[in-house]
Amino acid sequence: MTSALFYDRLQFAVTAIFHYLFPQLTMGLALLIVYLKSRAYWANDAHYNTAAHFWITIFALSFAFGVVTGIPLEFQFGMNWAKFSAFAGGVIGQTLAMEGVFAFFLESTFLGILLYGKKFSPLLHWLATVMLLLGSWLSGFFIIATNAWMQHPVDYVVHHDGTVHVKSLWGLLTNPWLGWQFAHVMTAAVATGSFVMAAVGAYYLLSKIHVDSAKTFLRTGIVAGAAASLLLLFPTGHHVALQVFEHQPIKGAAFEGHFYTEAGADLVLLGQPNMDTLTIDNPLVAPQMLSFIIHKHFGAEIKGLTDFPRDQWPDTMPLLYYTYHIMVGLGTIFMAIMLTAVTLLWRGRLFRTKWMLWMIMLVAPFPYIATTAGWMTAELGRQPWLVYGLFRTAEGNSPLVGSGNVLFSLLGFLGLYLLLGLLFLFLFCERVSHGPVVDGARSLNSSVE
Amino acid sequence: MSIDSLWFVIVVMMFAVYAVLDGFNFGTGMVYMFVARTDRERQLVMKAIGPVWKGNEVWLIAGGGVLFLAFPKAFAAGFSGFYLALNLVLWLLILRGLSIPLRSHFQNPLWRDFWDAIFASASLLLAMIFGAAVGNIIRGVSLAADGYFFAPLWTTFMPGDTPGIIDWFTMLVGVLTIAILAVHGANYLAIKTDAAIRSRALQIAVVGMRTVTVLALVVSCVLPFVQPALQHNYDTHPIGYMFPATAASLLIAALYGRRRWRDGLIFLIWTLFILTVLGSMAWGLFPNLLIATADPTHSLTIDNAAASPYGLQVGVVWFSVGISLVIAYTCWVYLLGFRGKVDR
Ligand code: HDD
Ligand code: HEM
Ligand code: HEM
Repeated sequence: MTSALFYDRLQFAVTAIFHYLFPQLTMGLALLIVYLKSRAYWANDAHYNTAAHFWITIFALSFAFGVVTGIPLEFQFGMNWAKFSAFAGGVIGQTLAMEGVFAFFLESTFLGILLYGKKFSPLLHWLATVMLLLGSWLSGFFIIATNAWMQHPVDYVVHHDGTVHVKSLWGLLTNPWLGWQFAHVMTAAVATGSFVMAAVGAYYLLSKIHVDSAKTFLRTGIVAGAAASLLLLFPTGHHVALQVFEHQPIKGAAFEGHFYTEAGADLVLLGQPNMDTLTIDNPLVAPQMLSFIIHKHFGAEIKGLTDFPRDQWPDTMPLLYYTYHIMVGLGTIFMAIMLTAVTLLWRGRLFRTKWMLWMIMLVAPFPYIATTAGWMTAELGRQPWLVYGLFRTAEGNSPLVGSGNVLFSLLGFLGLYLLLGLLFLFLFCERVSHGPVVDGARSLNSSVE
Repeated sequence: MSIDSLWFVIVVMMFAVYAVLDGFNFGTGMVYMFVARTDRERQLVMKAIGPVWKGNEVWLIAGGGVLFLAFPKAFAAGFSGFYLALNLVLWLLILRGLSIPLRSHFQNPLWRDFWDAIFASASLLLAMIFGAAVGNIIRGVSLAADGYFFAPLWTTFMPGDTPGIIDWFTMLVGVLTIAILAVHGANYLAIKTDAAIRSRALQIAVVGMRTVTVLALVVSCVLPFVQPALQHNYDTHPIGYMFPATAASLLIAALYGRRRWRDGLIFLIWTLFILTVLGSMAWGLFPNLLIATADPTHSLTIDNAAASPYGLQVGVVWFSVGISLVIAYTCWVYLLGFRGKVDR
């Protein structure tokens, strides 16, 4: 297991997972910031302005880390996955270039206004937050469009040299896979953003500091968090699962731990896949539920993993199974917590319910775990294909970059990212402990002065 | 002009604009420790690039994307071939990209000194590596018949058939790049600051310009020996001499005018100088994207590396729309809010 391919895959996984920790917060916060800033501007409410500025500084921090960790991902397509880039560049080059031209410029320019543009009018500041939302969600859209094509290739032609090229740009951007995937990913980002906002609110309230801001953060975070948690399961999560079973039945069977084709398939809730006997150890199942969820009919037949050739199974089947169950399990827990919190809020008891505030504060890291697990589900489940059904991962890495050189860069990234992660946590905590300040000017420029 | 050639021009333009825009950030980084001595001065310098450096860096990312779109095989071969150098670039970009926003987080002098040092050294090294990359593209790489190569950091330090990333020629181009960008950064600071910072920046600019003149002469003299192929287009289309000739005149104008003319004008002259130098190179390179050192038939050109005609055509359409928008709002923002000298 020490071939260049192994290190290439590990390096992509590590760097992608690390990168995605940051954009999910920025994309989620962008929406909440527009809400806060709109109340500040259109209702002329200084309290909301302070709140917005506080979150803009957090946004800027996460953005800075998101940007520096994003560049390695784009470069890695060429550096580590040269054969894949030469094969698929005629298609995914389009969406990756569009991301740069349409999204990244927008984000950088308008963040510059928010952080340095004292000379600009309040209306422009409001507009800049809207542009940040647009820019960061467009980034998300174009990168998901890229990934959606790798999951479900559409509208391509194969040239005589074996490379693929886009047949219709419109078709690429309206890939049927893309809609639900984008909706699910963005909802998850909103979940992350609102859980973090609510957690900071809970921390302030429990510590009895910045109490006014705390209540705003909690209200905003919990309402958005509850909505996002619901939408993550239905309709978005349900529909991404449906399209997996329609187009990638092997992946679906693998992450559900469904080994044998049967009518009235059970939904495995808990248990460990046993790869020797091809069964689930100590299973806890919901009878016939898998058939019902996928086909709306308890007796429907669902193909099991053993019906497919073994060389088409994802090569990390048990890990895939766990990551999927972690995501769905956490999603269920999120719904329970957030719905309870909303009920308490509605009854006017939330701000006095200590155990709930503790829970909200401590649950904040878990959306990160859920999104990471979700991505691992999507990407490990796509194996052994790099482009589903078209191009195998084993054929995609750079022919002349040897394992020693990839190990070198992998170690470099591991070391650097460990430090970056600690640095981010340290700065985040410092920012939070500093708190939202009434004097907007300080918080507005503090991240850059 | 064929669609492939049009994309050659677009790719060159993207990287050239990147060189100009991020170039003054690198330059600022290089001269930073010298022109700004106190913490207050350093804050001012940071404020001069603060609102714009991020947007400038996007030209690299978008340039990479555009190269990927138009010439996937060149993207694949180039990025995997320069694997080692690009990893260094990535790590340095990460460090530089954090040093600018993070230095201001705390008042603590140790914290600030730490990030200042990172900022300055990462800028210097990045300029060096990007310069060496230009040197590598001029000199050519050891492309094999399948269209791939792998360049070790160095082999014999000589630009032969199997060169490394570093040899005496690419080092020379790297040092020249450092000098050019240091001047560029100093020119930018001269516009954005006044008093002590500005006068120190002017001194550096003058010394830097003289260094550039000497180094540029040396590079022009050795160029025909290192890569004779660049001469071809100049022989067939002598109009191309326009680029080096203009570059030389601009260099002379800058040397003459640095202490006489307005800062803005000098900055503009130096910008055009950088563009024409890169233009001279692109003129000689066309239609090659990567020249093979051993066997010229292995070179990657716009013909054997381009994506499909449909992709390139539809790309031109959205690219024109997108880049016009970018230019429009970038100019608008610069003119509206970030004009003039920085102050506290
Ligand atoms: C807060 C995060 C979060 C939560 C609670 C959920 N998801 Fe999710 N899920 C993601 C965050 C996420 C993600 C990170 O956004 C993924 C990774 C790749 C993708 O497209 O979205 C994803 C992928 C993903 C996939 C794989 C798609 C593919 O292979 O292409 C499926 C089948 C589901 N999700 C289904 C669900 C269901 C049924 C959930 C029930 C509650 C659920 N997710 C909760
Ligand atoms: C940021 C969220 C993402 C995460 C966390 C993620 C995670 C992963 C993981 C875990 C792997 C390794 C799979 C394996 O080795 O079995 C992988 C591979 C890969 N992913 Fe993703 N991915 C993400 C988004 C994307 C997107 C948006 C794209 C396309 C634009 C993409 C393209 C790839 C490629 C090219 C590989 C390497 C080939 C492979 O091993 O399949 N990823 N990713
Ligand atoms: C694996 C494939 C990916 C690649 C190649 C990639 C590439 C990049 C690059 C180059 C940047 C820096 C842009 C800049 O300088 O402004 C960046 C930032 C960003 N990326 Fe990614 N990215 C990937 C995965 C993702 C995913 C899956 C998402 C979201 C769904 C995402 C969303 C963003 C956002 C919103 C930013 C802006 C910075 C931030 O908000 O933190 N990226 N990405």
